[in-house]
Amino acid sequence: MKYSFTLLIALVTIWFLWSGHVEPFMLILAALSIGLSMWISLRMGIVDEEGAPVQMGIRPFIQFAPWLGKEIVDSNIEVAKIILSRKMPLKRNVVTVVAGPKSQLGKVMLANSITLTPGTVSIKMEDDEILVHALSFEGAAEDLSGEMDRRIQALEK
Amino acid sequence: MSNLIDILTWVFLIGGSFFSIVGGIGILRMPEFYSRLHGGGITDTLGAALIIFALMFQTGLTLATVKLAMILFFLLVVSPSSCHALAKSAVNQGLEPIVDKPEKS
Repeated sequence: MKYSFTLLIALVTIWFLWSGHVEPFMLILAALSIGLSMWISLRMGIVDEEGAPVQMGIRPFIQFAPWLGKEIVDSNIEVAKIILSRKMPLKRNVVTVVAGPKSQLGKVMLANSITLTPGTVSIKMEDDEILVHALSFEGAAEDLSGEMDRRIQALEK
Repeated sequence: MSNLIDILTWVFLIGGSFFSIVGGIGILRMPEFYSRLHGGGITDTLGAALIIFALMFQTGLTLATVKLAMILFFLLVVSPSSCHALAKSAVNQGLEPIVDKPEKS
């Protein structure tokens, strides 16, 4: 129930932010389209802790996203330096990261965050293990993934 | 004030273009498939983000800014998924990543 309610609030908010209309006719259309989206989502059975992750609240945006943004900028500059350097000092290696998050959503967030930071790409996922291709700085890739792991686990609680 | 915003816009636009071009150079210069994926990552994250931030400075506090923020959000969710799909299909086809030997220190 709380998941359906969250989805409804999110749809209404998004409708107003994207359209900006308040005329009665447009509001009727809004109610119809939001109702249709709700009905389809409920029929598909995707309104659960994955489709509308209310249990995380806004913490992913205020706690996790700023930290991830800083890491992305840092690793972008590192990789840009490697690409532009004359000799390209590559230290490619493949590391295995054990995913701590228990839920599917947490695992997807972890794997996507690893891919999002340049220099590390998650290439395969089996059960709890993520295979990560790292471009450089051997130890750093594991440290960074470990830190991400802790932060996403904190979001799940 | 509007001068300051214009200067910030230019700085972010040029920064974003720079990182997009570096990503492209990376894709060309890297030696093999898995390394080349990292080059695309630069264009996808910092290149796109800086350009969208520059556009946000121009739109100011309007609904268009919210739309730009949503574009950035979806871009950051979708691009690692496509990158992972590429990498995973390569692994499943049996392409082994080349690993450099760690230097003795």
